[in-house]
Amino acid sequence: MATTTKKPEQPSNVVHKYLRAKKTFPHVWCSGCGIGIILGALIRAIDRLGLPKDDIAVLSGIGCSSRLPVYVDFNTLHTTHGRAIAFATGVKVAKPKLNVIVITGDGDCLAIGGNHFIHACRRNINITTILVNNHIYGMTGGQFSPTTPYTKRGSTAPYGNLEHPFDAAKLAIAAGASYVARGTVYHVGQLTRLIADGISNNGFSLIDALSNCHTYYGRWNKEGDPVKMIEWFKSHVVPAATADKMPPEKKEGKWLTGVLHQEDKPEYTENYARLRAELKKK
Amino acid sequence: MGKNIRLLQGNEACVEGALLAGVRFFGGYPITPSTEIAEGLARRLPLVDGTFVQMEDEIGSLAAVIGASVAGVKAMTATSGPGFSLMQEHIGYAYMAEAPCVVIDVQRGGPSTGLPTKVSQSDIMQAAYGTHGDYRAIVLSASSCEECLLYTIKAVNLSEKYRTPVVLLTDEVIGHMREKVEIPDPEELEIVDRVKPEVPPEWYKHFEITPTFISPMASFGDGYRFNITGLTHDEMGFPTAKPVQIKAKLDKLRKKIERNKEDICEIKTTYMDDEPHVVVLSTGIVSRAANQAVKMARQKRMKVGAIQLVTVWPFPDELIMQYMKSCRHLIVAELNQGQILKEIERYIDKRHTKIESLQRYDSELITPQDILQKVREVK
Repeated sequence: MATTTKKPEQPSNVVHKYLRAKKTFPHVWCSGCGIGIILGALIRAIDRLGLPKDDIAVLSGIGCSSRLPVYVDFNTLHTTHGRAIAFATGVKVAKPKLNVIVITGDGDCLAIGGNHFIHACRRNINITTILVNNHIYGMTGGQFSPTTPYTKRGSTAPYGNLEHPFDAAKLAIAAGASYVARGTVYHVGQLTRLIADGISNNGFSLIDALSNCHTYYGRWNKEGDPVKMIEWFKSHVVPAATADKMPPEKKEGKWLTGVLHQEDKPEYTENYARLRAELKKK
Repeated sequence: MGKNIRLLQGNEACVEGALLAGVRFFGGYPITPSTEIAEGLARRLPLVDGTFVQMEDEIGSLAAVIGASVAGVKAMTATSGPGFSLMQEHIGYAYMAEAPCVVIDVQRGGPSTGLPTKVSQSDIMQAAYGTHGDYRAIVLSASSCEECLLYTIKAVNLSEKYRTPVVLLTDEVIGHMREKVEIPDPEELEIVDRVKPEVPPEWYKHFEITPTFISPMASFGDGYRFNITGLTHDEMGFPTAKPVQIKAKLDKLRKKIERNKEDICEIKTTYMDDEPHVVVLSTGIVSRAANQAVKMARQKRMKVGAIQLVTVWPFPDELIMQYMKSCRHLIVAELNQGQILKEIERYIDKRHTKIESLQRYDSELITPQDILQKVREVK
């Protein structure tokens, strides 16, 4: 842990309280990667909610973003490619008091893990999924993913992507998730709020966190350095709250951000607890 | 008090065994001929503060089982060939994460979708070598409905004791046939629970290399806050690329099983006390026919014995070999193309003992008459 800072209680140092820096750093991420920003937002959200470290389980699959749990001082489970949400289902039902958080990437969650993702949405089980959505497979070296935009390039789409991308948020809403939001690594304050709200939501939550992969996506598509890529988000989002009042041409090619969907519906582990109680009465 | 005897299907007996063993989580996916295990536990688990989750596929099923196990609950799943193939990814994860869990494989004919409603013993090799990498498997095999109950308990106990996934093989015939099953008194049963750490959290290592190679196991939410990964890891559970630590981990997985073979391995013998020259080696449902055949042979004053593999893996070679001094003809009877045969061949001195193979893989059972016929041929 960094100890050179003068004022240890400064907000920037909140993050250090939750890291396993001594044991697991240096981390694997490229300098300028958005995952670090999302890690910071996650920790600040947890700190803001005042949740004890022992009551938090962070799970992940495989990929750059899925290395995150190794670095944080919670109950952490780094699982297999795409399956973190299925593991999380077992953790949650076995110990419902745990706040279960899944960190996943666009390939992990929407390609190989797509089935587990939609069915956890459908069950509305209280798992918070943070989708680090950088539109490419980073760890394996820049292959196009289910969220790579049409015609954009990657190492396995060297002539441009012929496939159409998923909208992860729409997919989650259609599958039955009770809280769906989108943030970006530029809008960090908002992202922190959205993650905190997702953790507080009693049901399945998705936070689609748009992030930059300048190393692969940026290079393949000539989108520049980390600063340029992160700043791109500034001018390419539309707040969902005000989007209805805007003319369509102003929304063209932009991401809706903020809370996209929220509903009250019975949560899976609570349903199960209710069932057990009812059976006992008989 | 009288004995609690019930008429149960093999699959139903697995349900009773699981509940007696303390299983409180089942994650599964419907597949013939194992579905009755899921159905039984869907009905029973909520009555005992347990949870049943019908997952979206077998990959997710075993993932959820491991998740529940890591959170401190005894957990299992049940499946058959195609589902067992899908589970291999997470059987490997469970070996690496040293997460106790049980997989019951009610075998049917394969490969692929094969014969959903027909008997087979063709998953014997897959149960030991199905997933990639170096590891040692514990695999048990049941030959009756009562053994389905008892060996489900044994499987759960072994998984908890050795912090490893354990596979119980049954088959379509045992799974669906009904027999008299004695339900044991829970107070008389030996139930094993994983060893919990006694050290404070700051000293705790989830994968500590102990003299027995078995590490005490804390659960999520217990205040220990450890890391688990499928990547090769150090004793703390953090990914490592150091050759010394990599070798130590892989040696741990091997040695915790190999060094305890005596405790893990079990065989059952029939008419083996008078050093018979002809021995029938089999497992599961075939052992029922073998025992009957041996009984018939003895009535005809033929000196024949039978060995049933209760533990298939680690292969109980020492237990078998003590009977091979007098054995001139070993008949290996199995419902596949020689999966046990290939293993036993490694240990037998063929100048001393001739090995005869009796295989059937046309979806029908090997009958006592088939075995008796083979005994006559070699005599």
